[in-house]
Amino acid sequence: MMTTRILEWLGRIYVWLLLAFLYLPIIIMALMSFNASPFYQLPFEWTTDWYASLWQNDQLISATWNSLKIAVITTIICVVLGTTASLALFRYEFRGKKLLQALLFPPIAIPWLITGTAMLIFFFGVGIGRGLFAILLGHVALALPYVIVVVSARLQTFAPELEEAARSLGANQWQVTNRVTLPWIMPGVIAGGLFAFAVSFDQFVVSYFLSTPGQTTLPVEIYAAIRKGFTPEINAVSTIIIVVSMALMLLTARFFKFGGEK
Amino acid sequence: MAEGAAASRGGLGKALPLLAPAYLWLTVAIFLPLSAMVFFSFMTDLPLTGKPWAFTLGNYAAFFSQSLYLTLLLASLRLGLEVTLWCVVIGYPAAYVLAKVLKGRSREAIFLLVILPFWSNGLVRIFSWAMVLREGGILDAALNAVLPFKINIDLMYSYPAVIIGLVHSYVPYMVLTCYLTLQAIDDSLIEAGRSLGASRLQVLKRVIIPLSMPGLVAGAALIFVPVVGSFMEPRILGGRTGTFYGTVIEDQFVAVFNWPLGAALSFILLAVVLVILAVASPVLRRAA
Repeated sequence: MMTTRILEWLGRIYVWLLLAFLYLPIIIMALMSFNASPFYQLPFEWTTDWYASLWQNDQLISATWNSLKIAVITTIICVVLGTTASLALFRYEFRGKKLLQALLFPPIAIPWLITGTAMLIFFFGVGIGRGLFAILLGHVALALPYVIVVVSARLQTFAPELEEAARSLGANQWQVTNRVTLPWIMPGVIAGGLFAFAVSFDQFVVSYFLSTPGQTTLPVEIYAAIRKGFTPEINAVSTIIIVVSMALMLLTARFFKFGGEK
Repeated sequence: MAEGAAASRGGLGKALPLLAPAYLWLTVAIFLPLSAMVFFSFMTDLPLTGKPWAFTLGNYAAFFSQSLYLTLLLASLRLGLEVTLWCVVIGYPAAYVLAKVLKGRSREAIFLLVILPFWSNGLVRIFSWAMVLREGGILDAALNAVLPFKINIDLMYSYPAVIIGLVHSYVPYMVLTCYLTLQAIDDSLIEAGRSLGASRLQVLKRVIIPLSMPGLVAGAALIFVPVVGSFMEPRILGGRTGTFYGTVIEDQFVAVFNWPLGAALSFILLAVVLVILAVASPVLRRAA
């Protein structure tokens, strides 16, 4: 049994090494955003100047606002459309249901490069063009399947007999949904909403093809800045993004178990 | 799902008003654009620019006549394969430790830590590697501080840098899918194998790996497909060596403005991706 214990300890060490691999670059990037040297020179000298100068950067600030606005609107639309669609898929049997469920996977599985360029061509062709509205159209389409999948997963744990019971007690369809079903699936709806926000807020590829110089989002702006050259200012804004999106996912994890049953 | 055990049987009439908004949106923003892309890929020019246009097979002919595109597609497929293999090598053991060695709260916490970066901004994580890998960067400085002799590490703008960045981006996927199948394996199967005299290696080969195959395949598909279509990672970490199929498609849309050719190249990539997913789908369905 000695070897088993040694192997187990090696396993534990290995997992910590993987965590180091995953987090070290992010931590280094964050540290460098507090380093005074604009060329990332050591020794380390503490400063918050780069964060202060972010406030002077109008381009970044307006891109951040765009990102937040689009993410919030995307979340609201996806939660409403996604929850109603999930309920319909859960409650009713009809021909073609399997097909509708299968249609949710292309938006998730097809590389964003293909989806993004296809949207660019089509939106241009029908006169929607590029810009914030086109980006919003795209983000909702990308996030919606995730919301439907997450809410449907939660609905699987719902006992339809509860709806029957409420109905037999005289509740109408609206009351059944509002008082019985929705409260039960709320954790799924919240998790789906957080997913939608994260998909939109972190989305780069599709936004990149659909943005115009004035109408752009934060990741697109960062990509442009990286290609011009690295500055600690990008580190500062990147650090803020990573903290925000990780906090969001921690929040999501409270509502949704990724690892299945324990 | 139990086939509508108690779900009310209203049929399509009742479901349609609830489904229509979501699926209309997907049609306008996903399915029509994909169809439009196929359509445009057979044109000489965009009909909107006012220039004359005609139907043509020229865009596809360009792909097959100029070896550059095929070479780059093969390079992207190779990149996808290498990244997927590294993700298996790095991710699978970690998934095993998470599923079979760690228990309780520490398992939950570490599992969350592993998949957390996956949901943070991919662009920013790639950028963070640029900090580490450039000459005079952190890796360079750290190695020179430890080693007695002077070495110059400049991985930035190289093929290995692209691999490292992509593996970092996608390895949590592999850990996630493998963990899900590994934790479903009954421990008593492993014990039974061991008590019947199988060595650890034999149990791994005959019991654990076959049973977790769906997770491995699912992870591989989820990683391979987006890596083949990647363009931002090779651009940032690969520099001039980072020309792949994805970056050429990007160029057609943002630099060269040859949209019909870009559409044809995108569609060829989509076809390749669909073939790969179709091959993987029987195993994927078993995993679901």
